[in-house]
Amino acid sequence: MRRDIFQAIADPTRRAIIGLLALQAMTPNAIAEHFDSTRQAISKHIQILAECEVVTQQHTGREIYYHFNAKKMKEIDHWIEQFRKLWDDRFNQLDDLLQDL
Amino acid sequence: MITIKKDLVKKQLHIVREFKAPVEKVWRAWTEAELLDKWWGPRPWNAVTKTMDFKPGGQWLYSMVGPEGETHWSNVIFTAVGTYTFDTTCTFSDENGVSAPGFAPGYWHVEMKQASDKTIVNVTLTFDDLADLEKMVAMGFEGGFTMGLNQLEELLS
Repeated sequence: MRRDIFQAIADPTRRAIIGLLALQAMTPNAIAEHFDSTRQAISKHIQILAECEVVTQQHTGREIYYHFNAKKMKEIDHWIEQFRKLWDDRFNQLDDLLQDL
Repeated sequence: MITIKKDLVKKQLHIVREFKAPVEKVWRAWTEAELLDKWWGPRPWNAVTKTMDFKPGGQWLYSMVGPEGETHWSNVIFTAVGTYTFDTTCTFSDENGVSAPGFAPGYWHVEMKQASDKTIVNVTLTFDDLADLEKMVAMGFEGGFTMGLNQLEELLS
């Protein structure tokens, strides 16, 4: 199964988890306390976020803390930038056409 | 100057661009096949229209033809047409307009208005799934000149 940044943000619960982790690193239990869903459901979301590399794990003693990986979120901006170039090129051609019309 | 704003929650992209031409001309460029074919393909790709019927429920079936002759078909259905505004549903397709498997449609809302000697074009693109938007851009860039530019940028950075 393909995992990418777009899958990470496709789900509202995952977006909420990203929002929490952007503020501070948290344990899976602490994350789950913010949601009505079961812990299993939340840990599945965390697993997907980890597979998408939006969050990273760090072991501190016996606890696992999840950290937000800001670098990964920048991929979206990079991709939007490519999109912008495509439209820029297209519209420059339209400028030329409109001059001749 | 092009402005692109993303709204990831609504799965939308908003594109705004000004053109130094009257709205009648810009409208023609967006709605007449022989004009669309002249600008719609981002270089070095060329848009080639097979059929165009610009009216509510009508269809624009075209292919993007690449420098090596590679073709990607797209099927556009006009869902609403108003005064200097129209809505479409777009899918990647085969040459008969049959949707390609694995792609959800993209929904376009285009509106343009005259502002003194310029025309402002607003485009809103809505997707069921953001990954489809990503795929669409990936196809637009396939083997293209722009890819070369990106590589050059990486090389220079």
